Amino acid sequence: MTEATTATPSPVATTAPPKPRQTRMRDVILYPLLAVFTALILGGILILVTDRAVVQAWLNFFDDPMAALRATGHSLSTAYGAMFEGSLNFGGILRGIGAALRGEGTQELAVALVPLAESLTQAVPYIFAGLAVAFAFQGGLFNIGGEGQMLVGALCSVYIGFKVTGLPWYVHLPLAMFAGIAGGAIWAAIVGVLKAYTGAHEVINTIMMNWIAISLSTWLLKVGGPMARPDVPVTPPVLETAWIPRLFDTPGNRFHAGFFLALFTVWLIWWILYKSTLGFQIRMVGANARAAKYSGVNVKRLWIAVMAISGALAGTAGMVQTLGVDRWVGVGFSSGMGFDAIALALLGKNHPVGVLLAALLFGTLKNGATRMQSVAQIPVDIITIVIALVIVFIAAPEIIRWLYRLRQPVAKEGPVFSKGWGS
Amino acid sequence: MTPVLELRNITKRFPGVLANDHINLTLEEGEIHALLGENGAGKSTLMNILYGLYHPDEGEIYIRGQRTQINGPTDAIRQGIGMVHQHFMLVPVLTVTENVMLGNESVKGLVLDRKAVAARIREISQRHGLEVDPDVRVEDLSVGVRQRVEIIKVLYRNANILILDEPTAVLTPQEADDLFEILRSLRSQGVSIIFISHKLREVLALADRVTVIRRGRVVGETPTKDANQAMLAEMMVGRRVALTVQKPPAKPGEVVLAFKNLKVLDNLMHLAVNGASLEVRAGEIVGVAGVQGNGQTELVEALTGLRPVQDGTITIAGKDVTNASPRVITECGVAHIPEDRQEDGLVLPFPIHDNLVINTFYHPPFANGWVVNHEAIRQQAERLVQEFDVRTPSAAVPVATLSGGNQQKVIVAREMSRPIKLLIANQPTRGLDVGSIEYIHRRILEKRDQGVAVLLVSAELDEIMGLADRIAVMFKGKFTAVVDADEVSKEQVGLMMAGSSLEEALAHAPKPVSKEREIVT
Ligand SMILES: Nc1ncnc2c1ncn2[C@@H]1O[C@H](COP(=O)(O)OP(=O)(O)OP(=O)(O)O)[C@@H](O)[C@H]1O
Ligand SMILES: [Mg+2]
Repeated sequence: MTEATTATPSPVATTAPPKPRQTRMRDVILYPLLAVFTALILGGILILVTDRAVVQAWLNFFDDPMAALRATGHSLSTAYGAMFEGSLNFGGILRGIGAALRGEGTQELAVALVPLAESLTQAVPYIFAGLAVAFAFQGGLFNIGGEGQMLVGALCSVYIGFKVTGLPWYVHLPLAMFAGIAGGAIWAAIVGVLKAYTGAHEVINTIMMNWIAISLSTWLLKVGGPMARPDVPVTPPVLETAWIPRLFDTPGNRFHAGFFLALFTVWLIWWILYKSTLGFQIRMVGANARAAKYSGVNVKRLWIAVMAISGALAGTAGMVQTLGVDRWVGVGFSSGMGFDAIALALLGKNHPVGVLLAALLFGTLKNGATRMQSVAQIPVDIITIVIALVIVFIAAPEIIRWLYRLRQPVAKEGPVFSKGWGS
Repeated sequence: MTPVLELRNITKRFPGVLANDHINLTLEEGEIHALLGENGAGKSTLMNILYGLYHPDEGEIYIRGQRTQINGPTDAIRQGIGMVHQHFMLVPVLTVTENVMLGNESVKGLVLDRKAVAARIREISQRHGLEVDPDVRVEDLSVGVRQRVEIIKVLYRNANILILDEPTAVLTPQEADDLFEILRSLRSQGVSIIFISHKLREVLALADRVTVIRRGRVVGETPTKDANQAMLAEMMVGRRVALTVQKPPAKPGEVVLAFKNLKVLDNLMHLAVNGASLEVRAGEIVGVAGVQGNGQTELVEALTGLRPVQDGTITIAGKDVTNASPRVITECGVAHIPEDRQEDGLVLPFPIHDNLVINTFYHPPFANGWVVNHEAIRQQAERLVQEFDVRTPSAAVPVATLSGGNQQKVIVAREMSRPIKLLIANQPTRGLDVGSIEYIHRRILEKRDQGVAVLLVSAELDEIMGLADRIAVMFKGKFTAVVDADEVSKEQVGLMMAGSSLEEALAHAPKPVSKEREIVT
């Protein structure tokens, strides 16, 4: 302005330098960790009260207090021990490394790696599905249609996988992968087009498209249906030339190359969102569609593009699971993964890296739950509850702050996103 | 006599900002106390503390001599403090009665007692001249009346301390006058009022005392009867402010913007612009004068590609841009300062530096092909924040954390800092302090003298009278007159805005007197 005002630096007065990083760390690392920790403790309590032996021991607490405590410890360590062994098995891996170093061969190590590999394998479709929801959300769209898009992606790739014959793997595999990606993209883009040109809300339409996909698959896969085998309601197996290669030949180790595709995609989506002009527009539309329009963004076209990319990601989730793990598709293929994806995006704060971490957590918990059930006879539903609790704590950080007496970060107090001139 | 309210040594820090620095303020019973200060001085912050939205880092609050704490809006209301925010906190689909009841439900058995509430609303509105029909839905009310509903809501909860944060920024002059009558009536009944405004004229006309804040500190307090505009402006900004603008005559060049017989619908599908035609030449400022709601908003949106044109043509720099997209129009060299800065002009969660490129991000140096060059964006932001005196600890903070006036400066900086042929400015100085208004007016004139065509839409008649070379009066969707600015007086323009024809206005009202006009406040 004039001498008087330009001479002074623009800050009103400086107290402390801003520390956005510190608050981010709290938000992104500390709260999720505490949320998982708390959920596991509550899950533990559930395990205890549903364990008849433990309850019995506590009823006799005054006769034999030590027995009650022993029963408690035993129940918890069996359950969570089984879960840990079944999902990460770090102890086993260390022993395996020891054996290998002693020159006893790598056989033990290979077997010990199976649980960890399976956790990662189970995380792969979660990574893609979570990215799908998070990506759409960054553009202001709520994609609840992950379920249907995954299913369509799986059906498209499985069809190419068993129907097209006589191709070398380096043609057949990319073709099958592409079919799945494109199938999901088109399925979701339809919703984008409807929103752009008729104003129909994407939440309603993605749900409708889920039902259409599910009904379509029921028809395609019924015994003797167009894509099913004549005797059972599943597709014929995918030909070996369209398999996503598995990287270990230990029995039970299903870890496949799709995991690296997932890591690459996390990076790619991060790059698109934060480094590319496309991502700039997507985030702009997501934060304020009116301002985006004012700025010259073609909001309608962008909605369609965002839905298509989101659908491509969900389609990939179905595709990797089919070509990498299952190698056939049956009715009820995705079983709610498209909905879990919404939770993943929430847990990961719609950030690609957050989604990756959340998906790894989900894969680990789900995989561990299977072992927990077989060893300790604890229903997998306990883990569903634990996951639900994690989500509750992430969605309502107040609870965590209150439990652990954390002080409200300053940045959370403001800004009052007021809409007035007098803000 | 103990004051109704006393703030002692209130201090509030935000990361990197000392928003309030040991502020003392006393409010006497039955007085209207104006709070004046530059954009970002800390006025809203102080009022938000008083209303319990923020907690002060230091300092004490006394109500009628009793030390107290205010733990949130509900607590503030309980202690008799009510606040009218500029963004109205009303539910549009509910009636006035229902809005007043919200959060303060009066129940008879299990049913809401609407009748009793409506009766009390009638009583309050009669006592204070706040004319409002309790049974009308809020969405059907004008801005001025909505504000009345907000005031009723506060009075219904028995507030005797009333805070108004920039209440007149979106009101027409007539609505503002009505508001002042209401406030005076409240004062005579013992309500104490804190009133924030950047319009010095209003402060002098309405308030009993004024406290001036600069950079978070109180720099002075004075009864308004001892004050004048120049003195208040100097106290606020810390230097002399030119309240008038020196303007050399325009040298109009060729036509840049031309529209003919334009017809545009509003949101309710009525013809808001009904056959408007105008030409704006390079190197001149054409001011659109008119009472708000006569089609100005829709006209500007049509010209900038945000609203479809039903009929007629728009050409910019010789190119037909009727119903062209906003991007095409921007690419023709058009800058647009939108009327609603938070809805259209800014992406609130984005940092300041991204907001400065929301319509140029795809051009070098801000992007190379598909890749955003964040470094170039940051560098330009550093420069513009300095140049336009945006008060912020850094250009990386979300634009939402800026004060209202500083948000406006971000938009002005973005639109005025690139090469343009046409500037369409809708309420460019709304919510700005006198110093910033002076600065932006000088920048607009500078653009004009560089040969930019300027279409200026403003609810401030003084701003139009002071800046425009030609004035186009808009009434019911048409231009009823387009005249040279020196040929008419403010009164004559006022008459035409109310529907008089040019001949009638020239015959009746006083002729223009001086060429140098006051444009501020
Ligand atoms: N929630 C927040 N987080 C960080 N900084 C903030 C926040 N709210 C306000 N500030 C800063 O505090 C200072 C004072 O802001 P405030 O809104 O009180 O100004 P103001 O006097 O009301 O200005 P205006 O007249 O422009 O509305 C500004 O520098 C602003 O950037
Ligand atoms: Mg303010």
